[in-house]
Amino acid sequence: MPDSLKKKLKLKVSAINNGTVIDHIPSENLFKVISILGLQNVKTQITFGANFESEKLGSKAIIKLSDVFFEDDEINKISLIARNAKLNIIRDYEVVEKRVVEVPDKVIGIVKCFNPKCITNNEEITTYFNVISKNPLDLKCKYCEKITHEDQMVIK
Amino acid sequence: MKKDLISITDYSKEDYLRILELAADFEKNPNQRLLDGKVVASLFFEPSTRTRLSFETAINRLGGRIIGFSDAGSSSVSKGETLHDTIRMVSNYVDLIVMRHPLEGSSRYAAEVASVPVINAGDGANQHPTQTLLDMYSILKTQGTLDNINIFMVGDLKYGRTVHSLLMAMSQFENPVFNFIAPEELAMPEEYKLFLKEKGIRYFEHTEINDNINHADIIYMTRVQKERFMDPIEYEKVKNVYILRNSMLENTKPNMRILHPLPRINEIHPDVDNNEKAYYFEQARNGVFTRQAIIAHILNLK
Repeated sequence: MPDSLKKKLKLKVSAINNGTVIDHIPSENLFKVISILGLQNVKTQITFGANFESEKLGSKAIIKLSDVFFEDDEINKISLIARNAKLNIIRDYEVVEKRVVEVPDKVIGIVKCFNPKCITNNEEITTYFNVISKNPLDLKCKYCEKITHEDQMVIK
Repeated sequence: MKKDLISITDYSKEDYLRILELAADFEKNPNQRLLDGKVVASLFFEPSTRTRLSFETAINRLGGRIIGFSDAGSSSVSKGETLHDTIRMVSNYVDLIVMRHPLEGSSRYAAEVASVPVINAGDGANQHPTQTLLDMYSILKTQGTLDNINIFMVGDLKYGRTVHSLLMAMSQFENPVFNFIAPEELAMPEEYKLFLKEKGIRYFEHTEINDNINHADIIYMTRVQKERFMDPIEYEKVKNVYILRNSMLENTKPNMRILHPLPRINEIHPDVDNNEKAYYFEQARNGVFTRQAIIAHILNLK
């Protein structure tokens, strides 16, 4: 098999002209990433796939978004569930910039407070956490002041 | 910007000292009509007779008027109104809100929603900052200082919010020493010990009350509650270990005083009550002056 064909087969998802490719998403969190970024409201072409082989993750998902570019604040929201995600910014079919996601200092919404007696679990309130440790992740609720640890994290 | 009192750690050492100074002034002269013409909401979403009466006495002594309710059953909450709506409505009517609520974080949220200052009179197991300030006032009054105090905390140190808040507040002062006496199941949580370590503050842990209390300036007693134990046998084993009796106090320091947030069950034997070192009833009385001081501080009345 010629190399060019191998490469094409490996690619599986078609290339985009301009936009963003989010790579190295854990497969099981693909739909959460879509939901956190609100991609259901994007009107341009989106392709995504899951369960690709990955040396790092075992199985990874990928999202390609035409003509969509993210601010840091916006994309960093996915760091909670896609720690190793990488962004490729594409212009004219070329990768012009690579970015990694970073855990922000504050997490607003997205995560549920693990404390069932917290007011945020009993009334319609946007959750708000200060990140007190990034690895492992520890989130301190602004309201009940309890700490939600990484292994207790539930995405809203 | 309005001032609230939600969590003891929201305030600085200067705030504490200012409030304690005002409390001393109210103790000398309790009837000062600084709230004349003002209305205060006293919203108790769960009953707490002691705290409510203390606050309402403080407001009355300041000449303020009170509206509110003493449990959620007699409020619109029983009709399903959200905390958000109750607070929005009430803050249109009053100059200050005092609230007690069973859910943790409810006061912080109420303070965000309200257009008037909010005082947290207890939000679940989270915070009860006015208790901490009255504890500090009691320590200051009996010891003459908040520096170099050796505090023994006894009983449920795991879930007891009063001991956690007092630890955080007293850590702001010079050279405190903490001694924790608790069963293993109810030991002081790691996060607080880590906090002390990082600040270079000395602490010691014990599992029983013995001669070690002879070093204490303050013994802070708390209730050991049966429902905190996973294994009822464990409770039976320890329930009589953390009872303070008069006979234990013989060699304690003359300046030592015993505090308790009340209500007590059996952790302080009644034979202690007549000892001059028993201070828990005066401590409750100090609560009124301290709450007057907190209100005056928050509303800039003095």
